[in-house]
Parts: sequence; structure tokens; C-alpha cells
Amino acid sequence: MRLEYFEMIDRVVSLDRTGARIAVRSVVPAASPVFEGHFPGHPLVPGVLLTETMAQASGYLVLALRDFGVMPFLMAVDKARFRDFVGPGAELDVEAELTHEGSGYVATKAGIRTGGKRLADAELRFRLMPFPSELEGRMRGEAARIGLVGRDPAAGGPA
Amino acid sequence: MSSTYETVAGIIADTADIPREKITPEAHAIDDLGIDSLAFLDIAFAIDKAFGIKLPLEKWTQEVNEGKVPAEEYFVIKNLVARIDALVAAKAA
Repeated sequence: MRLEYFEMIDRVVSLDRTGARIAVRSVVPAASPVFEGHFPGHPLVPGVLLTETMAQASGYLVLALRDFGVMPFLMAVDKARFRDFVGPGAELDVEAELTHEGSGYVATKAGIRTGGKRLADAELRFRLMPFPSELEGRMRGEAARIGLVGRDPAAGGPA
Repeated sequence: MSSTYETVAGIIADTADIPREKITPEAHAIDDLGIDSLAFLDIAFAIDKAFGIKLPLEKWTQEVNEGKVPAEEYFVIKNLVARIDALVAAKAA
């Protein structure tokens, strides 16, 4: 993770196209400018960035399922819960699943665990819009960085 | 009015924070109730869930933008309710 650059996802662990689910892994960095303010001497990942992490996992799921045909933009956060503190070095297992596919929008459920323990969860909705041309290359690059694309689906891992 | 109307009016009131008494069958969701596109997606989500349908908002919006169908056909509440009833009936058929 690079919190200050909003790079919340380190790598894709699995992508289940049939079940419309994704699992990703992220490790909170030991140091970040974010921790200088949140909080001085007591570093914690802000809840908004945990929400962003769940949103990005969901977003990459949608990008994969729609083959980069649309860009999901976060439009609603429901039932967000932050159940424990998350500090530097925490290893995060993030899961997201598509729960509803509407016309022009999708809904997901996402959660974050560490060592099997629930840290956070939320229900998210995304507006689907045509891919801004200046963004598509960047998103495809990020998808490649985290292993969302370019691997054999038959291998059971990221596809 | 029908139970569909009551459900839809309740969804609009709750989702868009509009007083229930302002919502009438003749009201235009956009012009009269001031519902914007983002709020309408929230309403569509609640309607999709409540009726087990997929409101074809993208198709409707395209038809309106291209001038093929007047916006009233989809966004006046009584017409919206009729479209929902048709979608529910089509799903059951």
C-alpha cells in the first residue's frame, strides 16, 4: 500500500468471475505521511482509507468482469463498520463480491480481515461511466501491477 | 393508488429526502421533485431490490437524450409506476 498515492491494493489473490468475487492482499506500510497526522505518535489507518481499500477491491472486480469497458466511480457507502484499529505493518485480506448489477450502476459487499479477524466491512455502490480516455492506460497499468490481468484464469489465481 | 405507487413514493421520499406529500402521480421526478441523476440511481437501486427487477435507466436516458421518447414517459411518477408494473409482469411471465 502507498496510502498517500491511494494505491491501496498490493496484489490480487483470486478472481472468481463466475461467483463475481475478488480477494486481494495489502500490507500497511511501516511509515507514511498519513500517519504524521492520523495520529501523531499513534499511527492508525483512517477509516476513509479502509473504505477506499474496499472500494478499490470492488472497483477492480468490476473492471475485470466488464473487461475494462466501463469505469466504476464510488457513489454510495452503506453500513460501513470499522471494528478494530489498523496500524503500520498490518496484513490485510480484502474481499469484495458483486451483489447487484443495475442499469448504469453496481452494488458490492466488501470486507477486510487480518489473521481471519474482521476489521471492516461495507456495502458500496458504483456508478458505471464510459472510461475517461486519459484514465484507461493508468488503470490498466495498475491492474497489471496488482496481477488482475495477464495471468492464466485456468490457474485458479488472478485472471 | 396501487401498491406499486405507494412503494415507489415511499422509496423516493426516503431515498431522496423529499416530503411524502410532495410526491404525486403527476409529479415529474426531475422537474418537480428536483431529483438529480445520482439520486435517481439510488432510487433505482431501491426499486430494483423492492421489485426484483432491473430498471433500464441507461436505455431510458439514451432514448430521452436522443429525443426518441419524451422524459415524461419515464420520469412522471405515474408513468414510472406503470413501467415498473410492466417489468414485474414481464418477469413473472
